[in-house]
Amino acid sequence: MGYLSISHISRSYGPVVAVNDFSLEVNRGESFALVGPDGAGKTSLIRIICHLIDADKGTVSLDGRDTADHFDQLKPLLGYMPQTFSLYPDLSVEENLTFYAGIYGLTGAAFRRKRDDLYGFSNLAPFAKRRAGSLSGGMKQKLALSCALIHEPQILILDEPTTGVDPLSRRQFWEILHDLKRQGVTILVTTPYMDEVARADRACFIFRGEKLSEGTPTELASQFAGQIYFLDRKPSPELMRQLQGSEGLTARAFGSAIHLYLSPADRLDRHAPALHGAGIDPNSLTRIPPKLEDRFIQLMEQGS
Amino acid sequence: MRQIRFIAQKEIYHILRDVRSLVIIFVMPMLMTVLYGYAINMDIEHVPLAIVDQDQTAESRTLIERFYRSRYFFRAKAAPEYNDPEQVMRAAGAAAVLFIRPGFERAVQNKTDFELGLTIDGSETSQAAAVQGYASALLNEFLQDHLPPGTEVPGVRLSQQVLYNPDLQSSHFFVPGIVAIILLMISALLTSITIAREKETGTLEQLLTAPVTPIQLLIGKLLPYIGIAFIDGLLVIGFAKVLFAVPFVGSFWLLLVVELIYVTTALSIGILVSTGVATQQLAMQYALLLTMLPSVMLSGFIFAIKNMPVVLQMVSRIVPATYFLKVVRGIMLKGSGFEVLAAPAGFLLILQVVLLTIAVRRFRTRIG
Amino acid sequence: MTDHAVDITDLTRKFGTFTAVDRLSLTVEKGEIFGFLGANGAGKTTVIRMLCGLLKPTSGTGHVAGFDVLRQYEQIKRTIGYMSQKFTLYRDLTGRENLDFYGHLYNLGNHALKDRIAELTERLSLGPFIDRLSGALPMGWRQRLALATAIIHRPTIVFLDEPTAGVDPVFRRLFWELLYELADEGTTIFVTTHYMDEAEYCERISIMHNGKLIELGAPHELVRKHQASNLEDMFIDLIRPQGAAVAAN
Repeated sequence: MGYLSISHISRSYGPVVAVNDFSLEVNRGESFALVGPDGAGKTSLIRIICHLIDADKGTVSLDGRDTADHFDQLKPLLGYMPQTFSLYPDLSVEENLTFYAGIYGLTGAAFRRKRDDLYGFSNLAPFAKRRAGSLSGGMKQKLALSCALIHEPQILILDEPTTGVDPLSRRQFWEILHDLKRQGVTILVTTPYMDEVARADRACFIFRGEKLSEGTPTELASQFAGQIYFLDRKPSPELMRQLQGSEGLTARAFGSAIHLYLSPADRLDRHAPALHGAGIDPNSLTRIPPKLEDRFIQLMEQGS
Repeated sequence: MRQIRFIAQKEIYHILRDVRSLVIIFVMPMLMTVLYGYAINMDIEHVPLAIVDQDQTAESRTLIERFYRSRYFFRAKAAPEYNDPEQVMRAAGAAAVLFIRPGFERAVQNKTDFELGLTIDGSETSQAAAVQGYASALLNEFLQDHLPPGTEVPGVRLSQQVLYNPDLQSSHFFVPGIVAIILLMISALLTSITIAREKETGTLEQLLTAPVTPIQLLIGKLLPYIGIAFIDGLLVIGFAKVLFAVPFVGSFWLLLVVELIYVTTALSIGILVSTGVATQQLAMQYALLLTMLPSVMLSGFIFAIKNMPVVLQMVSRIVPATYFLKVVRGIMLKGSGFEVLAAPAGFLLILQVVLLTIAVRRFRTRIG
Repeated sequence: MTDHAVDITDLTRKFGTFTAVDRLSLTVEKGEIFGFLGANGAGKTTVIRMLCGLLKPTSGTGHVAGFDVLRQYEQIKRTIGYMSQKFTLYRDLTGRENLDFYGHLYNLGNHALKDRIAELTERLSLGPFIDRLSGALPMGWRQRLALATAIIHRPTIVFLDEPTAGVDPVFRRLFWELLYELADEGTTIFVTTHYMDEAEYCERISIMHNGKLIELGAPHELVRKHQASNLEDMFIDLIRPQGAAVAAN
């Protein structure tokens, strides 16, 4: 059984099914990404894991113990960073840290050591006295992460920690997570960004409360069934119409270029007539690897 | 111009679709008009009157019957044999004591001068004035009945003594009440927003995953406010005393102790409200609703409780201000001691524990 | 008078001593889909505000939709549409009521407005959702409604701030197909995004850093030019000082 074991969890809000028979094992010391769009059930699932809402069915275990029965003892093992900034905007950076440290029983010299550690990776030391409410978005994330880490949890649960954050800050955030992983912390992250899957050890797709697929980043993308070709032509309406006209060929516009999709058994030369008709030489097309988004869409379409 | 029209139109949609506000706009005023309309009753009636009949004659008994048959007075608890009017008043729980000395009947029959002693509790100013009036009227009526028309009324009169507020200054009556109400309102308001704010801003979500229990959270939040509200209370009382020259006959320390209990009770009301609502705005509305009007209308601040419909009298029993008002008036105006005040103070203590217990139970460690 | 949708030269905006936008020059054609990238605080929002007529430039010249960006900002406001990242329509009004309201604010007559709403409902497939309270709509439909509201007055330029953040991939593709249709009809589309996947849907993208425009071009061409493995790596390499780049895994 994994360090965090989610077993057949279901949860509805009235007629709306938020989580549907969801099971997952997160192993000790791994980083796991839960990827899905808004409304897929990520936050509901996270809240169930953190004992903030009840599941209708199923169990969650942490370190072998059922969270429904033992959560008070398990609290110190868990560091939680919710989706919206949930620290006190009218307290300073240092005051927020001191408060949470105190709640977890960390005071005095031990607290100061830990605090300095946290300042080390977050670079928040120059802002120690600043009110948390006036920090920039990126700094708020780092503060929230610091507070989640102050008691040295064994598992870190982050709900969309990088939403709305620019790519550079996102990359830096993941670098911090990797450092933590090296220290043995297990990490569970939810995200709507497909590309964040690539940074985790393993990931799963979640949509409409269900797990669509699970595996390493490479496994997930390579599960895509089909071929994708890159066409360096501007997607004018007539060109698109011409291409779509060929049976079994799907053309999608991507900015100033076009991606062509074929099913696995299909061959490019079968569409030669349509391509030639549009003035395209099939040999000039380059095959490109499927992206996670392609695979996700494929799974979504299979599901419906 | 048309922009204005469309903005107004849109606003109507917002108003109509916000059911909670609609309730407050329409239902609450109607409810309150009905409720409080009944409470506001300036007619003083059914005042508890103790009569000590030392004459024990047919005439004295007739007079007594006349007093009690009227709708202005009713018979106070049976009073033991005290000679001191104040003691009688306390023992009997009466608002006034009528002393009929021996010789009343003879005076009436012989038409000689005679004085009946009427001692009135002046701490309830409006009532005291009314009692004076009623008593005089009833006595005159009684005397009139004994004489053939046209004859002069014998010199039987009331010698009146007003205790506790001899000049019947209304400020002595109102100001303690103001103190009680302000403390209740401000305290409840202070704590009402605290938990609602953590819910609204999302900070509660983080806190709930940390090792904190509901009791720890609520008490931790309560403590600083006790200090603040207590000091607030001292300020209000101090101001009242200085600005309005309200007397202070009784024990200051006793008042402090009861004030401490009172503000804690008021703060507990706020905490309870806070656990039940999701937004600060609602928390404030409920806190004000539960404290301001009931304490102004039903605590005996202005309108006598005993004149209200029974339902409202029962409601006034759970308004903390009712008890604190008794205590404040008692201490400031009457110098009441521990024996008299133990009961109201005790009740406040019980109420506070009940409120906090409910708050802890209601506090959901879940967010939905 | 110029034929470009946006034509600005050396546009600068200072706040006190702080230069938020530093001599930005940019030309965007009609019907182009243009992506605006950059770290938070790089100046993107300030540029958008100036282009929307909400903020006066400190210096520089330019035209948006043919109107002078320094003197004719009121006209600019009337010809542009804006869709913000947060859902800012009224949740307790239905989709139709929201569209009605904004349509009237933009001075569409009753008849014209009715027709326009019908047209948008059809085009954006809002049918079953148009008479539901907007707050109750699922995420992807909300975005569509917000887009409809932004284009109700047929603006020539539309600014979209993170339009498909958090939306599921299928919906994102459908949303972008709508944007492509609009672009084909001549509407110029500006998108700001942190989502590299979304940036790739744009014809050209620009990257801003510390108030300056540091790169401009078609996504796949830029990746090629910088010999990066993907758009995100390229972006980070450009923004982060050299030598500090760490492998993603």
